[in-house]
Amino acid sequence: MKKQDKAKKGLGFWENAVLGTLALAVVGGLIVLPLGVVLKEAFAGGVRLWLASVRDPDALSAIRLTLMVTAVAVPLNTVFGVAAAWALTKFKFRGRSLLMSLVDLPFAVSPVIAGLIFILVFGRHGWLGTWLSEHDLRVVFAVPGVLLATLFVTFPFVARELIPLMSEQGSEEEQAALSLGASGWQMFWRVTMPNIKWGLLYGVILCNARAMGEFGAVSVVSGHVRGETNTLPLHVEVLYNEYQFTAAFACASILAGLAIVTLVLKTVVELKSGRESA
Amino acid sequence: MSISVKNISKTFGAFRALDNVSLEVPSGELTALLGPSGSGKTTLLRIVAGLEAADDVGDGQILFDGAPVTDSPVNRRQVGFVFQHYALFRHMTVFENIAFGLRVKPRAQRPAKAEIKDRVFELLKLVQLEQLAERFPSQLSGGQRQRIALARALAIQPKVLLLDEPFGALDAQVRAELRRWLRHLHDTIHVTSIFVTHDQEEALEVADSIVVMNKGKIEQVGAPNEVFKNPATEFVMKFLGDVNVFHGRIHNDAPVFSERPEGENSVRLLVRPHDLTVQSQPGAGVSIPASVYRVLTAGPLVKIELLDRQNNLVQVYVPHDVYRATPVTPQQSVYLVPKESRLYGNENERIEYVI
Repeated sequence: MKKQDKAKKGLGFWENAVLGTLALAVVGGLIVLPLGVVLKEAFAGGVRLWLASVRDPDALSAIRLTLMVTAVAVPLNTVFGVAAAWALTKFKFRGRSLLMSLVDLPFAVSPVIAGLIFILVFGRHGWLGTWLSEHDLRVVFAVPGVLLATLFVTFPFVARELIPLMSEQGSEEEQAALSLGASGWQMFWRVTMPNIKWGLLYGVILCNARAMGEFGAVSVVSGHVRGETNTLPLHVEVLYNEYQFTAAFACASILAGLAIVTLVLKTVVELKSGRESA
Repeated sequence: MSISVKNISKTFGAFRALDNVSLEVPSGELTALLGPSGSGKTTLLRIVAGLEAADDVGDGQILFDGAPVTDSPVNRRQVGFVFQHYALFRHMTVFENIAFGLRVKPRAQRPAKAEIKDRVFELLKLVQLEQLAERFPSQLSGGQRQRIALARALAIQPKVLLLDEPFGALDAQVRAELRRWLRHLHDTIHVTSIFVTHDQEEALEVADSIVVMNKGKIEQVGAPNEVFKNPATEFVMKFLGDVNVFHGRIHNDAPVFSERPEGENSVRLLVRPHDLTVQSQPGAGVSIPASVYRVLTAGPLVKIELLDRQNNLVQVYVPHDVYRATPVTPQQSVYLVPKESRLYGNENERIEYVI
């Protein structure tokens, strides 16, 4: 009888205790502790110093650039992602699986390589370099480059979130809408959108988090021009390399704050969508 | 509104789903497209609806009341389509589902709010589910969902009603009930309807006329009684109900069924289980020797399973009173005498013969 009970529970008290402690140690050591250190260092010199670091013109410009790039990249990638997921799940055509892999490309390629691609295409010695300089246009080491790199890196988030959802839902509801006389737009806004809204929101949140936090690709194309092409993560790096630890951590704490807000939003969306589909 | 299908073909890659199909569905009738899976029945229905385009070859056409609709897309055809898996809008209440077709009408034709409400409740009453207006599809049973799907399709006052295996996803009891209900509904509203099914019993019970399909072609069109009593082909006979097949050969102008035949004289005799009598002595005409294998008396008819000389299983259905008068026991040697049967030759041609 006792043996059976044990078999049912699977693990005894000690096994549970050891595994539980290990899990807590990993989460605590790798996630909670660093976050705590960031906040502690950020406020090491007091709130006044924190405010001063954040109000520094270069920091403000980095915040503005990060917000601007995010504000452009996220809506664009939302539209692209919905369009890509729509095409890939509601239609069967030649080259579909190729396109499906292409959507994943930015995930597969290292962000640094992604940045280099833009240098090779738009840089001074790149394919379009001569034409661009003739027309006095700057892409690389300027804001457009930062924007392009962010767009590239964050492209898959929305599409990846929607493709499994939309292929599971199939297209019968859309066909039903059409047969009832709905136009293409009516079908999309009244049937497709409500069905994918939580998945879409989730994808947008992830996309947003990455757009604000992206370092590798942006670092390659930005050229680190202070007050011009430095995003918040790049600004943190610059400050850190200049041994301005408090300022670096102050800026890092803003990013960490944004990450926490994102996490909270993500949890709310998960709870809500879970409740609605139940 | 009558439906005409003219010379429609459809291929999916290398697969020929429809092979030059033509069909007339008279106004106000309930027609069943009956066939096994892969026979092209659903494809034909979807092409009539405009959900699928026919191959763009030759002079393929779909006409409603004589007017071609081949080039108008599904949302201009005004067809009511009912899907096998209901396809209700999962985020809308039952009320909103039914109102959808009215709400998406162009502003000039859109009914007023109160009118939409009246119309939805009228339809809910028609499908006898008024109390469920505020529910979501996930809170309904399969049978209820299908009735709501039907109400939604009827809301746009469709010219034709098309149903794709409407009862396919339901359990047997609900199916039987909904079948009767659909027939009753059709008798009330008289909209020209086509429904797809692979269940011959369903087709025979519900439809005014049955279109039997096989491998992308129409095998026979006729009233249920007609196709059941007078199957045009061997396929139709086999598909519409149980059938025993005896292999034999022509010997002295008469078919014989003692040993397994070979060569060009071979013939097949098709007999339905209730058209065979079991006798202890051979009859005057065709009599097939067999031995009783098993007798099942539970059920509305007595089922006798026998083995013929070629060791093929033969089924005979006999009423209980007939069986009580002439009972048989396993291992007993008997003769099977067909009352009604059909003989088919090598080339699937039907052969007339006199018993």
